[in-house]
Formats: sequence, C-alpha cells, structure tokens
Amino acid sequence: MRLLLIISLGLMILAPKAFAKVNVFTCEPEWKSLVETIGGRHVEVYSATTAFQDPHHIEARPSLIAKTRQADLLVCTGADLEIGWLPLLLRQSGNATIQENEPGYFLATDHVEQLEVPQAIDRRDGDIHAGGNPHVHWDPYRVTTIATALMQRLQILDIKNEAYYQQQLIAFNRQWEKNIIRWEDQARVLKNKKVIINHKNWSYLINWLGMVELGDIEPQPGLPPTSAHLAQLLQQVRVDPPDYILLANYQNPKGAQWLNKKTQVPLLILPFTVGGSEQATDLASLYDEVISTLTQVH
Amino acid sequence: MKLIIFTSLSLVVLSNVTYAQAVGKISGNEFNPAIGLILNAHYVDIDNSDLKLPGFQLGGEAGLPDNGFALGHNELSISANIDDKFYGLINTAIVYEDGETEVEIEEAYVETLKLGTGFTAKGGRFYSGIGYLNGIHDHAHDFADRPLVYDAMFGGHLINTGIQARWVAPTDTFLSVGTEVSSGTEFPGGENADNNKGLAFFVKTGGDINTSSSWLLGASYFETEFDVREAGGHQHGADEAVADNELLDGEVDVTGIDFIYKWAPQGNAKTTNLTVQAEYFVKNETADSEFTEDESSAQASLDGQQKGYYLQGVYQFMPAWRIGLRYDHLEAKNTITNFIDSGIDAEEFLDESNLGTAGDPNKSSVMLDYSPSHFSRIRLQYSLFDNGLDDDNNIVTLQYTMSLGSHGSHTF
Repeated sequence: MRLLLIISLGLMILAPKAFAKVNVFTCEPEWKSLVETIGGRHVEVYSATTAFQDPHHIEARPSLIAKTRQADLLVCTGADLEIGWLPLLLRQSGNATIQENEPGYFLATDHVEQLEVPQAIDRRDGDIHAGGNPHVHWDPYRVTTIATALMQRLQILDIKNEAYYQQQLIAFNRQWEKNIIRWEDQARVLKNKKVIINHKNWSYLINWLGMVELGDIEPQPGLPPTSAHLAQLLQQVRVDPPDYILLANYQNPKGAQWLNKKTQVPLLILPFTVGGSEQATDLASLYDEVISTLTQVH
Repeated sequence: MKLIIFTSLSLVVLSNVTYAQAVGKISGNEFNPAIGLILNAHYVDIDNSDLKLPGFQLGGEAGLPDNGFALGHNELSISANIDDKFYGLINTAIVYEDGETEVEIEEAYVETLKLGTGFTAKGGRFYSGIGYLNGIHDHAHDFADRPLVYDAMFGGHLINTGIQARWVAPTDTFLSVGTEVSSGTEFPGGENADNNKGLAFFVKTGGDINTSSSWLLGASYFETEFDVREAGGHQHGADEAVADNELLDGEVDVTGIDFIYKWAPQGNAKTTNLTVQAEYFVKNETADSEFTEDESSAQASLDGQQKGYYLQGVYQFMPAWRIGLRYDHLEAKNTITNFIDSGIDAEEFLDESNLGTAGDPNKSSVMLDYSPSHFSRIRLQYSLFDNGLDDDNNIVTLQYTMSLGSHGSHTF
C-alpha cells in the first residue's frame, strides 16, 4: 500500500508542468469547433460529447474526469445543460484552474442572453432549464459575441500569443459576417414558414430566420410525449398545416416519424452540431447544410 | 434633486425585481444551497425477516425488511460551494421505524476545490472511497436491497469520520489513488480508545473502449482495530436482547476489487443501455470472542476469513424500463481456538455467536423498474435468499424512489 503512494507521488513529479498548447476541455462539439477556429495552432481541444449524444444525458465517466484533470480551459454551454455531470467532473478532477469563477471556466451562455427563460419552474414541465434555452449556437450573432469572449479568455490564459488570438478572431469574424449575409439572403424564403419541432433545441434558428413555431412533439424536455398531446398536435396540424417538422438527428425519431406518416408534412432530420453529418465539419458548414436543406424543400 | 435620486433608485430596485421575476427566481435566493430530497417507501412480502448469515457477525444496518408497508430512508441533502475553496454537503436520513422517527447523519463533509495538480481533500463524515457501491447512496442503487456482501462486510456502507486525500493522475486513462484516516469506530470496526484507527487506500482506473462503452476498475483496502465490537445489526425480532455477543481486542482488514462496464449505443444512454458490475471482498478478523447469556458464557480466540462477491447486470431495453439480474455469494472460514466453556458448549457457542459456518449464503435477484423521468422510479424485485442453512427465503419488494429539488449528478 505504501508502494501506491510512492508511485503516485512519482507520477506527480513526472507530470509535465508547462503545456506547449492550451489544453481545452469542451462539453459539446460546437464549442470544440469554435475554440479550434479561434485558438488555431496554440490549442489542443477535446469534446466530452459527440454530435450523436444528448448533452443532457451524460455520465461523469472516468475518461472525462481524466480529461478535465488535464485541462487549462473548460468551455461549456452552461444554463444548466450539463448540470447532471459537469459539477461532478469539476469536483473530481482536482484541477484548480477550471473551477467556477476562474479564468479557465468559460460558459457560453454567461455571455449572451437566453430565449425562453421560464417564468416559473415546476418539474411537472419536465427537465426544464431555469436559465433559459441553452442551445445558443444556432444564432450566428450570439456566436459572434461568444467568439469574442472566448478570444479574450484565451488571451488571459496564454498571454504570449495574445496577438495571434486577436488575428484569428478578426479572420473568423470577417468570414462569419460574410456567411451571415449569405445565409440571411438564402433564407429569406424561410421567413414565416411554419414548423413543428421535436424539442425546443431549434429556437434560436427559428427566431433568427423569422420562422414560426407552431408546436412541439416533446413539450416537456426529457419526458416522452403523452398520447393525448400527440392527438391534440395531430388535430392542430390538420387544421393549420406546418411547412415541415424539424428533428435533430441525435434524438429519438419516433414521435416525429409518426406525425410525418399521419400528415405527410415533410420531416427534416438535421445535424444539430458539428460532426452531426459528413459535411458539418465546423460551425459554418453546419449552418450551410441546415439552411440549404431547409430551403431546398421549397 | 434628492427626489430625483430617490426616484431613480427606486426605479432601479423595481427594475431589478422585474428582472428577478422574469428569470423565475425569488430574489435573495441566489446564494441558497442546492437542496435535494429523496422519498422512498416499499411494500415487502418476505418469508423470514430475521437476517442470520452463519459465519458472519452482523453490524451496522445489515438486516432484512419486515412484511408489509414501510418507509425506507427518506433523505434530505443540502450542498453548495462554500466559497471558492470549499464545497460542503450534509446528507441526513430520516428513518421511521417501530413508531419512532430517527434522524441519522449519513454524510457531513467539506471538500477542497482548489488544491490543484489533481489533489482533493475531504474531511468530516463520509462514505469511504473503497469499493464501487460503497460511495453510492442506496436510493441510487440498481436493486431494492444492497448486495449481501456489503451488508456482511460493512453493515451496509463503510462510513467513518475522518479525512480523505485523493489524487487524479494527469493521464488520458483515468487513474486515481486515495487514502483515508478515520475513526474506524463504525462496523466492521468498533470502539477504540483513540478514535483514529481506521486506515483505507484505494486506486481506481478506467476509460472508454469506444464511444459506446466504458469501464472502471478499482482495488481497495481498509483496516482498523477495536477494543470492543458488539455483534448486532438491524434486529427485527427483539428476542435476543438477553444475550451479549462481542469481540474484544480485535483487528480487522478488508481487501476488495470492483469492476464496472457500461454500454450505451453511441454513448446515448437514453433509449437503451447496459451495465455489468461485480465486486469481491475478503475480510480478515482476529479477536477474542465472548458470548454471554444469563449466567453462562463462552470465550474463544477468533481467526476469521470471510469472502463475498456479487455480479449483476442491468439492461434498459426501452426508454424508462430496465431489467436487472444479480447473484450474491458469501463464504466464511472461521478458526476458533482456546475455547473456554463456562456453561456454554462449543456447538452452542458457534451457533449463537454466528461464528459457526454452515454452507454459503447466497441470493439471486431479478428486478424490473420504471422511471418515467429523471426524478421518479418504481421498482419490483424478487429475491430468493438462502442463508446457508437451506431455508429458502422468498422476498418480493415493490418500492418507489423519488427525487425532489436539486438535480443530483450522475456518478459513473
């Protein structure tokens, strides 16, 4: 047993003290992509989840503890999206630099306002987020704000590459602004298009493009839809038919497929984040794919 | 001028109120700790509620439930970051039994947040870091009852008051080592003069095999010394009060290994997932045993070795529904020497002191549970329990476990 202690102390001394690159732990692939874009060659980024996982339902796995232990910067969505596992990772990591209120702790939703902040919180409404809708990466303007805040954070943590991060952000913004103009132009036909969504994860996109949300299949986050709700939704769809049903490809398709079969309203199964499809290799190509899929239907 | 300042101040105050209402928070509530409440009750149909495991002296909360309706451990937990350096938690179980309500402190500790370089220290009363299920509260277990080996070895859970230090290695494969110095007074320990005889070590390693599966392997060791340890446990028949069964000047150590494998398609556990886990413990006990009943008594030296394991698999076959199987097995080898008969012969002593072995206690369980949300669970379980004396004990449990308030984190 003494041996264990000796080995562990030895490992500690051998552990590298200075990281050549800023080691970034991100909770979701969209932030991994953004950090890579801004941090360029000076960052090493890991994402705790893939595009096919529901970031609300993750366990504090041993591999994630090992990764948080080594991180210099943690970049997550916040707004309680990761409440089921992130607090535990932080406490188990023994890593002082990424604890709450440290420069190494960055939550995207701390830097932008959220939509759908609930008036009252009741678990009868399912697993709702007290802080509002956390899926902010679907608004390009909010992404711009977050990118700037992220760049400032990288500058604090890695002061010797301050100028580099600044340049990376300028390059990103230049391209991103061009993209926004192109997307808004392309998506003009989507204005006032009516959609039924599976779950409230497209709110920022819908809000940005001026689409109209008629209802959702899973109104209570985390709870499967009741048959009464589905029946009511079916009735509603027949009276006021939407242009399409939106479903993120990591979610259970059952409810959306059922509604599609019953009503012939086109069902669009879309990648929700970077890595969710072959084309979606970064935020821009993710937006490209989703917007062109939406516009191609009409 | 004053009026303007006053008006603008009140406007600020008013607009703050509106903001607080808009975000769904009661102002002034921001700094309150997270409060979680677990509600738990069951209905049990059992052939025999007296737990006797030949070869194992019981302690702590080891026991079997009574027939019928009863409350389980209803737990209130309060936790928060105390400041930027410390996290604190208290977890109390409110237990109602035999017409009395008791409040038990299960855990009350503070933990560091900012030691850094992988180190964390904890102080207070806490579930020891040994084993896998030891650190997980009963309401988060996959079966209605604890594995037999936990009841036999630790009287439920190994909980002591003391300090813990642990360290996570800076490696991609998870590696963590930890040590504890504690009072060592709780079962399998007992009263000791200095209240500091408990010592524990544990090492855990784990990682992902691919996006769908991950594993955790642990090894642990615990030892303590005691002056006196009463054999007890949760006795449901009150007819044993006249006898006095204790170990004196004892030393006890427990060594264990644990393994957990979890699978979920693409790492998405929501629809289907599988968990396989097993733990094995060996306990060595040396002490002087003394059994007294009325005027008669018997004494002996005990050199005991007791082993046990469980193996379980739990499969979620569709959203909200899980099925689980578990097999429990215990085995004891107790060597008795220097026997002194003061009115109780060796045979009676072995039987009454529970040190005599008679076959291997084992239990097979199957459970089905339904969790409509993260916060509620209803479970039906059947167990066939043979305590080694070839008396089959059939146990059917129907229970609910519900969680109110703050959203507990999910340990792996």
